[in-house]
Amino acid sequence: MKREIPILITLVTGLFCLIGFFVPHPYVRLLYDDIQQWVIVIVGATYVLGVANLLRINLTQVSQKAPDWPYKLVLLAGLIGMMAIGFSEGSHYSDDASKFQWVYNRVYSPMSATMFALLAFFIASAAFRAFRIRSFEALLLAIAAFILMVGRVPIGNAIHPVIPAAADWLMEVPQNAAKRGILIGAALGVMATGIRLILGMEKTYGSGEGSS
Amino acid sequence: MPRFSLRWLVASLAVPFAFPALADAFPLQANDTPNDGGKSVSLTWSAPDPKPAQWILVRRERGGAFAPVATLDGNLSRYTDESGTIADGTAYEYQLVAQPADPARNSEVSGAATPSPDWLDATKSNVLVVTLLFFIVLFFTINQAHRGKRWTFRKIPGLVAIEEAIGRATEMGKGVLYIPGIQDIDDIQTIASMILLAQVSRLTAKYETKLSVPTNSPAVYTVADEVVKSGYQDVGRADAYQPDMVRYLTSEQFAYVAAVNGMMLRERPAATLLLGAFFAESLLLAETGHSIGAIQIAGTANVHQMPFFVVACDYTLIGEEYYAASALLSNDPLLLGSLKAADTVKFVLIVVIALGCILSTMGNPTLGAWFSTQ
Amino acid sequence: MRLESLARLDRRWIFLAVGLLVMLPLGFGFHIAPVEPSPRARGFFDAIEKLPEGSTVLLAGDYDPSTIAENYPMHLAAARHLMRRNMKIIALALYPAGPPLTDQVLHLVGAEFGKQEGIDYVNLGYKTGNELVMSSMGSSIPRTFPVDRRGIAVSEIPVMKGIHNYEQFSLLVNVSAGFPGTKEWVQQVVSRYHLPMVAGVTAVSAPEYYPYLQTGQLEGLLGGMAGAAEYEALIQRPALAMRGMDAQSLAHLFIAFMIILGNLAFLGKKPAGRA
Repeated sequence: MKREIPILITLVTGLFCLIGFFVPHPYVRLLYDDIQQWVIVIVGATYVLGVANLLRINLTQVSQKAPDWPYKLVLLAGLIGMMAIGFSEGSHYSDDASKFQWVYNRVYSPMSATMFALLAFFIASAAFRAFRIRSFEALLLAIAAFILMVGRVPIGNAIHPVIPAAADWLMEVPQNAAKRGILIGAALGVMATGIRLILGMEKTYGSGEGSS
Repeated sequence: MPRFSLRWLVASLAVPFAFPALADAFPLQANDTPNDGGKSVSLTWSAPDPKPAQWILVRRERGGAFAPVATLDGNLSRYTDESGTIADGTAYEYQLVAQPADPARNSEVSGAATPSPDWLDATKSNVLVVTLLFFIVLFFTINQAHRGKRWTFRKIPGLVAIEEAIGRATEMGKGVLYIPGIQDIDDIQTIASMILLAQVSRLTAKYETKLSVPTNSPAVYTVADEVVKSGYQDVGRADAYQPDMVRYLTSEQFAYVAAVNGMMLRERPAATLLLGAFFAESLLLAETGHSIGAIQIAGTANVHQMPFFVVACDYTLIGEEYYAASALLSNDPLLLGSLKAADTVKFVLIVVIALGCILSTMGNPTLGAWFSTQ
Repeated sequence: MRLESLARLDRRWIFLAVGLLVMLPLGFGFHIAPVEPSPRARGFFDAIEKLPEGSTVLLAGDYDPSTIAENYPMHLAAARHLMRRNMKIIALALYPAGPPLTDQVLHLVGAEFGKQEGIDYVNLGYKTGNELVMSSMGSSIPRTFPVDRRGIAVSEIPVMKGIHNYEQFSLLVNVSAGFPGTKEWVQQVVSRYHLPMVAGVTAVSAPEYYPYLQTGQLEGLLGGMAGAAEYEALIQRPALAMRGMDAQSLAHLFIAFMIILGNLAFLGKKPAGRA
């Protein structure tokens, strides 16, 4: 029963939601809309589990003075500090002059943007390290990459207007065609995986017991 | 002398008769809104110039009194009446009354329209047909699998490399880092990642290799923890399972990346498996993994991140290869049957696309238009 | 420098070069090339320009501070364009850290154009659930967002009067960093409710949405900071994105150079087994 009940729930709700996509009748649509509200509530509730896990693991490592435990202490201080600030300010946490906004604007925003900015450096080092022209196809790829990199910025148009035009053509024709092919294949993969899950064919997932 | 607005007059009086309109008043079409859940009437009209500043839309049940429903901009030519007072199964008639008042501009009274809910959204018939086709082919291939039919599929180097990577980690005495992407558990890529995690955890249990699974979502953490525990139990190594193998880090994308990069640089796993939905962090993770000398196997269906994985990782599962991975690794005939069904439907779609292109080129866009979703 | 020693180049030199090439144009403000708007940016601009004044527009700012460099300039420019044309703006964000950014944009631009919160625009804030929120709004927006970000009931907000679902909007303007974002809005809203839509996305994800442009499901698309700069040129209000284009030009040229250099270094490596 431990295995059958989750599979049955998955089957019933999966098929119902699949049918609900095609049926606008209120007999189906009202429950379909409600199920979507339930998912929002359930996803919100899992954050409690997540915070509990975070606290448990890091508190344990701090108390045992595990390697790099000071960093865990910083994490815990940040977590508890932000929660305390947010709770203390209540519904005013989003006011422009609130402490929460100050931490958000002066600490969280710059750090987050900095991590994203690292991509520029990593792309340059990956381009140097890994982009090897070992075959004719790789040469074609390199030429396309040059045209696009130069054509996508104002300097490309300044060199010659044909560069951005070529970049646009590459994006709109061959790139689009290849991407559509990959998307169609991936979409069929999604259907196949979804149906395997709904019909309970994927025994390793959610059952807690072994595979076939 | 006080001026009375037409709106006040209509609101305060029950009007048993239609508003005056000339014999050549423009027609007003009222129909049950198609492909909906009911309680909705669609109105269309084409009013001659000059149009009034506004229309008062009035409605009555057949034989009843007109009452105002809405005030519309004079330039509109369509409107959907979904006001809360409308009821399914009741016949309604409408009229557009010009404001400022001018009988010469009023519309005719429309024919009766009876709103009712529909059982099928016909605009999605194309999706329904392909879905039913897929189901039919799937049940056929499952039936064939039950009868002993076996199919062969091309070898995917990335899948073969998973077990090799885990073996390499075991020989080096290092661990395996499994990163299930940054989407929540409701994303099909994350679910596919959990299925693969089950198989990976069985291998790490068998080889006694350290496994770390940092997660980006509390729901994913809950499922991944259960999956890993089950994987260890399956091979009889429940004693080797440790609760700290699976950890929730943070739901913030780049904070997660920073934490995982830190794990890579400190723990220096011999193999990193990046299997799931990734976004901008893909190259950050892959480059850091390369810098520690780990063998990297990536798989995602996010097309915009594939180039980064192809460049930075040793093996990459692209799009449907990633979704097929769990079936191919399990070698279960029923699961392989679902792959065969997907391949068959893809072949059918290729033929239809080619046919549609030829027909459209010849000036017949019917097939292409039928597949349009709007 | 010999080619084989090039292969051992410490990547920190590459990082230093990228840093300098980005900081110098921003610091010294030299100008390399003018910005020429693309057809995709023109589509974005025209979609807003052709709306009747006073229309109600849904502005979804689905991004957080990590993509602020690309998404914030286009969000700001879109808000400027909308307010200049006296559109009513109903804003929301499907990223938890998104609403403060939406507030910043609306307050800043609102002050420029003398618009008032609650009367000309409102920020509904964040709701968890991704596509489920989009789908739920199709049934009822007041039920999905009963209060705005300030905690005021939407029934008491003048600009929300008469707003029930997507039928009351003339356009959806989406600024997106990934998921949930443009693709989900197209699948859940454009396909089902036929609401016209334009999108501004990060440069890396822009190619993913080209099929939607071709089918007309998107009327315009801004890709990254370059797209934002093109849009700023069209609304004739150069701002953050324009300033960054020169740095981006140099960075792109440098990466192209790195590919060449990397292959030269690869050629310079002695093959194994040969003296």
